[in-house]
Amino acid sequence: MKIIIPVAILVVTIALLVAGGLSPSQVGIAVGEGVGTTFTGASTGGTIPEQMVNVFLQNVQRRNWDGAYAYLATQNKADEASFVRELGGRDASLRTFSTLSSWDLKPLRANDSEAEIRTTFRWSTPVGVMASVRDLKVVNENNAWKIVWPQPQLADVPAQVVPVNYLRWDLVAHAGQEWGNSGVDGPRVRIVSMNAVAYNGGSVIMGEALNEDTVPAFVNVNASLMGKDGKPIGEESSFDKILHVLLPKQVTPYRIDFPNVDIQTVKNVQMDIKTTLVPASADPVIGVMNQSIDTDAIGRKVLKGQLLNQSGQIVNVSHVIATFYDTDGKVIWVSDGYVDSALYPQTPETFSVEVPSTVAGSAHNYHVVVNQYSLERS
Amino acid sequence: MRARLILAALLGFLLANRCFGQELTPPRQAIAGNPLSFSTTGSGSATFYLFGPGSAVKQDVHLGQSIEVRAEDVVTAGRYTAIVCSDTCHAEHFFVAAGAPASMSFLAHPSRAMVKQNDSISGVAFPFDKYENLILSPVNVNFEMTANKNSLFSRAIPTRQGVAWFRTNSGNTAGLVLLSASVNGISTQRALQLVASDPCNLRIKAQQTAKGVLVETEPIHDCAGNIVPDGTIVTFTANSGAGRSTVDAPIKQGVARANLTPAGSTTISAASGVVMGNELRMDVRR
Repeated sequence: MKIIIPVAILVVTIALLVAGGLSPSQVGIAVGEGVGTTFTGASTGGTIPEQMVNVFLQNVQRRNWDGAYAYLATQNKADEASFVRELGGRDASLRTFSTLSSWDLKPLRANDSEAEIRTTFRWSTPVGVMASVRDLKVVNENNAWKIVWPQPQLADVPAQVVPVNYLRWDLVAHAGQEWGNSGVDGPRVRIVSMNAVAYNGGSVIMGEALNEDTVPAFVNVNASLMGKDGKPIGEESSFDKILHVLLPKQVTPYRIDFPNVDIQTVKNVQMDIKTTLVPASADPVIGVMNQSIDTDAIGRKVLKGQLLNQSGQIVNVSHVIATFYDTDGKVIWVSDGYVDSALYPQTPETFSVEVPSTVAGSAHNYHVVVNQYSLERS
Repeated sequence: MRARLILAALLGFLLANRCFGQELTPPRQAIAGNPLSFSTTGSGSATFYLFGPGSAVKQDVHLGQSIEVRAEDVVTAGRYTAIVCSDTCHAEHFFVAAGAPASMSFLAHPSRAMVKQNDSISGVAFPFDKYENLILSPVNVNFEMTANKNSLFSRAIPTRQGVAWFRTNSGNTAGLVLLSASVNGISTQRALQLVASDPCNLRIKAQQTAKGVLVETEPIHDCAGNIVPDGTIVTFTANSGAGRSTVDAPIKQGVARANLTPAGSTTISAASGVVMGNELRMDVRR
């Protein structure tokens, strides 16, 4: 009995070592030490170009930029600093807080000298998983497959002085204790429209709210779904699908998801809007330019356009919320999406938000607003 | 026979109680913070108890003499109970009323109101005596609303059950408004902000620049002629062959402006809240 356990451990260890040595894992080929390696067909799964792209992406996943850069073709090659900025982000953009969590490869075409692989990147970010699609061109360079990665067009803001003199609202707390003289009223914000639709087996409540006041408001919209017996069957808030800080006369869309409540079971909806007076700034102003509904590389309908930061301050993280209306002006959908690059002053940055195919056909009009987060203000 | 004996004993007891028992008479009018005097009948020593909303007092007294209660023992208005006990106890209830107005709580609502709104401003006043007792008897409260030392509203309103209130329209001119409530020379003031209403007759103009199209509004006023506060958002929208461009721009010094980047035949419009402005059509060459 004394011998059985050590022997068993020894046998299992040897078995695992042998198994590890025999199976050519992708991890074994990638990472750091793979710099400059000519790729052979030892990896599992897919064609050689696909396997090479896999290794490249594993390096990106580990933020091993030197390792990943070694897999780039020499033709039209991006410089390493730009390559790292494009994939790793900078200036506290959402990408700097992201990690490549997984990817899908779909070969589009291939021959002996080059191939094209549609790559779906899935980035794990603080605001959820973000997917992006890129068609990677892969070429055979001196018997080694390499990725063609052209120089990215990154924002290069010239040195300049941008005068900023927008309003700022501060709150002054009243120090007196006299009853009836304790402060100012909260802002007056009104829900101006509401619509409830079924979506993917659940329910979605959406609409718009308007700050009717002359002061900024922090806004949150809550909804309670009441069942046919009059009892609540769901209660949710708009969470991040709303412009939380609303300036005077500003309109925000809101969307509240109830993924587990079938709309057929809902008898009525109780809406509740919570508002608080908050300090705020009218700066930065972000323009939403050249918006249009289009089809993306994988055939989805998207609303795309460009964000233009018209102030002199970098916006680190921006969040686009789009409202879609039918011909009667009724809100039929609210979509949102984060932009993973920072917004530089006076420099356009592209965005796109998905539009469900059922909505794309009936959307007659749309309106886009932008939430922004600036590190300097926090 | 037994019934006659019981009846005689009862009559004797009632007569003795009438002739020799204690009786307590509270003051007809008791004011909080004033000393009280109770008259008693009977003879001999007794114990006097007084308890009410804010105090409890116990005194040794002599029946047939008046009982004096100090002012500081009855500073809280309300229902009191006085009891005098010798062989038996006798209780009386009475009310202590609030004294003369000495302070006032004044609640004005809202702290911000749009101009030209009916019944949008209200005020409620509660007069108190110097011991913070709510004065329930009717008192005339003078309400006044002034802007730039001009009186917009003035009215004397009697309290009902300790409360006086009014409701009035907001004025036509944006700015600071002072609301005051006064009673017996005591005055309390609150400041309200009258703010401009929704923009009226929102009009825009545009000119082509090197960067695109600069769109700006004319000075924005409400329908009463008040300038709409800076920071109010105006949404500019341009529809052109390049797609749609929108900018939420805040008003600055009475005017909102934005740079748009349309191309070709373009329609530009503006809106602030639920108010729409005019539309411009232009051919933008870049």
